[in-house]
Amino acid sequence: METVLTTHFADEQYRRVDRYLELGGYEALRKALSTPKEQIVEEVKKANLRGRGGAGFPAGVKWGFLPKDLSRPRVLVVNADEGEPGTFKDRQIMAKAPHLLLEGIAIASYAMTIHVSYIYIRGEFVREAKILEDAIAEAYAKGFLGKNLLGSGFDLDVTVHRGAGAYICGEETSLLNSLEGKRGWPRIKPPFPASVGAFGLPTIVNNVETIADVPWIVANGGEKFASLGVEKNGGTRLIGVSGPVNRPGVYELSAGVLLREVIYTHAGGLKDGKALKAVIPGGSSTPVLRPDEIDVTFDIESMGKIGTMPGSGGVIVIAEGTCMVRALSVLMKFYAHESCGQCTPCREGTGWLAKVVGRIENGQGREGDLELVLDVCDNMMGRTICPLADAAVMPAQSFIWKFREEFDRHIRDQKCPFGNRF
Amino acid sequence: MPTFLINGVSTTVPEGTTILEAAGQIGIEIPHYCYHPKLSIAGNCRMCLVEVEKFPKLQISCNTVVTEGMVVRTDTEKVRKAVTGVLELMLLHHPIDCPICDQAGECGLQNYYMKFGLHKSRYALEDKVHKKKVQDIGGQIVLDAERCILCSRCVRFLREVTGTCEMEFFSRGDHSEISIFPGRPLRNDYTGNLADICPVGALTNKDFRFKCRVWFLKSADSICPGCSNGCNIHADFKGDILYRFRPRRNDAVNQTWLCDFGRLEYKKANEDRLLTPVIREGGQSVAADWDAALFATSLKFREAVEAGGPESVAVIASPQSSNEELFLVRKLAKEVLRTPNYGFSSRTPGRPASDDFLIKADKNPNSKGAMLFGFTEEGFDRTVRAISERKIRALLVFGNVLADFAEGEIGPLLSNVPFIAHVGTNNGALSRAAHAVLPSASFAERGGTFTNFAGRVQRFRPGFPPRGKARNDIGIVAGMANLLGAGWTLAGEASVFQALSASEAPFSGMSYESLGDPGQVAGGPK
Repeated sequence: METVLTTHFADEQYRRVDRYLELGGYEALRKALSTPKEQIVEEVKKANLRGRGGAGFPAGVKWGFLPKDLSRPRVLVVNADEGEPGTFKDRQIMAKAPHLLLEGIAIASYAMTIHVSYIYIRGEFVREAKILEDAIAEAYAKGFLGKNLLGSGFDLDVTVHRGAGAYICGEETSLLNSLEGKRGWPRIKPPFPASVGAFGLPTIVNNVETIADVPWIVANGGEKFASLGVEKNGGTRLIGVSGPVNRPGVYELSAGVLLREVIYTHAGGLKDGKALKAVIPGGSSTPVLRPDEIDVTFDIESMGKIGTMPGSGGVIVIAEGTCMVRALSVLMKFYAHESCGQCTPCREGTGWLAKVVGRIENGQGREGDLELVLDVCDNMMGRTICPLADAAVMPAQSFIWKFREEFDRHIRDQKCPFGNRF
Repeated sequence: MPTFLINGVSTTVPEGTTILEAAGQIGIEIPHYCYHPKLSIAGNCRMCLVEVEKFPKLQISCNTVVTEGMVVRTDTEKVRKAVTGVLELMLLHHPIDCPICDQAGECGLQNYYMKFGLHKSRYALEDKVHKKKVQDIGGQIVLDAERCILCSRCVRFLREVTGTCEMEFFSRGDHSEISIFPGRPLRNDYTGNLADICPVGALTNKDFRFKCRVWFLKSADSICPGCSNGCNIHADFKGDILYRFRPRRNDAVNQTWLCDFGRLEYKKANEDRLLTPVIREGGQSVAADWDAALFATSLKFREAVEAGGPESVAVIASPQSSNEELFLVRKLAKEVLRTPNYGFSSRTPGRPASDDFLIKADKNPNSKGAMLFGFTEEGFDRTVRAISERKIRALLVFGNVLADFAEGEIGPLLSNVPFIAHVGTNNGALSRAAHAVLPSASFAERGGTFTNFAGRVQRFRPGFPPRGKARNDIGIVAGMANLLGAGWTLAGEASVFQALSASEAPFSGMSYESLGDPGQVAGGPK
């Protein structure tokens, strides 16, 4: 299958600009700089490139939200905060193909007449931040960034900004506040970042993978990119598989791939021939699937039909013998810890869920606890500024709906049948 | 001007109005905590959720602008469940210490619980997150982090109104709390407002803490007498004791704010008051009844005029007096005593605090009014000169302005005057030096109007009758004038205002009705 991003991942030198150039790097930028800007945006629209951060918003459409008026400078922010549990794909791009990302940034910035771009990178990605810094220095030296890009008269500065370790800063408006040096709290919308974003300027926030797809789209055309995927979900996508599988890792696959193939063909199936118990398909916040639900393709619409989503492409495989209550309890503790504390339902609700699920796992569950959890979920879902409350609710609801018997048993027996361990 | 439907009622509102504001205008209550009309929209309390047709999710009405044809419902089961749900979450970690909380009785949590909650707690007591209580964070404020619902009003106030940014959020999730930065207490002159805007008992005012249950308090719509800005206030009292000032909204004057100096001005009406008329003769002080005191005073003035002509008497007016009172004082001076010696002073000793927001250097509420009635600082200086030249035989002094000088430069001069009558509210150097002390009603005990620094004429209303034997200045002045043969017939401040608006150009056409709540600018457009 044709690959867009991972073609040269195995090449250790690919992260250096010289090797990147030998393999045809920055040719797309050269091409873009002599292409009308609208045409680039048009190609991205044709590519059916959907945001890879989790929400799946069409990138070309998002770019079109920038005000037509150029009187105020605009900003491109690359979201490299990758904090969704189970997701580790952007990290691979930054570590193995930093110039691919920079080339994408340069093309996207040129297409949107943006002269300032930030890469907001998760604080824990120390090594990747260093690789990016080195790559940026190389790109400046070669004239791919900075003043007068490749003699085109177009200027672009790129800055790496390291986050300080909050999951919420992966949410785009929270990220913008953090970038501005403020507390990482999501902003209420409207106004949307495209009109009032970083430092009050019109801003586009795109995921690393989304931007890294752009050079290929410019080089090969939007239709070609679209044809790599399925209807409405153009191109390939990076799918990270974790859990007890034989070959955990990041795979570049078409959105038309079946989840079953991802697990059993690409990731080599479960270790020690264990049976599959459950799969979280798109990062920890996406609703969990049972083994009988995995014959589903990895596109947004198909996943949507069975009540879940491909999200950020983080497939978490759960094998037999794993306690689902314990698993949910771990997730709930995560969301309670990461809730920014701004909106009441999330601030109080995530903590409440963590406490109730925690006590069920610890053999202190009470009758009615599951109804309580589901009711609290109802009071959280869709009631907050950002989707963090939803992100906590979706696993809670789906775990209980799909593995109810296991929860009931914990409460009935006042203990964990799995011995309270993974 | 979009027209929309809210709970089936068709309403037209100005462009840009939010659902929350529009609902308020037609008397539909949408519960809210973080929304405040004078602060930016935070949208984080999630209490004001409403159903808007075509939106799959409930919307926060504080940040949703009304558009043409919008259909909004605040009264559905879905909304009710959402609001109750948010309230339940809000109360999860709340200590429910209402019996010892000063906010009880005017608490957003109590009020909404009675209206929208009434649920049984589903949260285990031992699960409650505890936070620090009784923290002195500076200014007039005590913080109880456990009672806080994290609405962010205080943080926004300090960011957007004072610009001092002393408070922030700390920690995350259900451990979130508001606080100051370590070792950096509140340092601005508007801290008292934090207790006002705090919808719960998290921020309370040190001065008011544990003084009085709010349901015992009555309130008078008044004007802060602390400076010439004329901030609108609620003067809260029980019996004849004032307990606190709270700002009353007037967008033309003080929006919804009040400074920390003004907030404590109420104490003057409680403490060290003059309550009984006193006559002093030959070193003897005698408590007198009003008839005797007024008679003795008038007699001294009559004798002085007879002995030395009108130039031998003088009147010093007070910029603490109302327009109505000043109007009569001027009539007394000009038409009854016919003296050229009258004036006033707004000078305050030392370097009075002022800023470019609400605090004015002139610490009197009605200097502008005094000037409009023809009292001048020159008249004051002229009178002082006449006193030093021993030309004044009888002096009538209103208020405390001269008292501030009594121990300074003017002090020794007072012994030059054979008879001083003092009309005032509080004990001081002047009341100790005066030969007749005529106790006057405080601003909380009488009604009238003040003209602020910008010429805005605003009403203040009495809370309770004058304490002790103190009397309204209008009655004191009219009593004296009539004993001097004036023959005035007056019935309270409303009729005096009617008379002054008829004869004084800057006030022409004004009436108590036309002043309304926002007041009117003297001499300004009608």
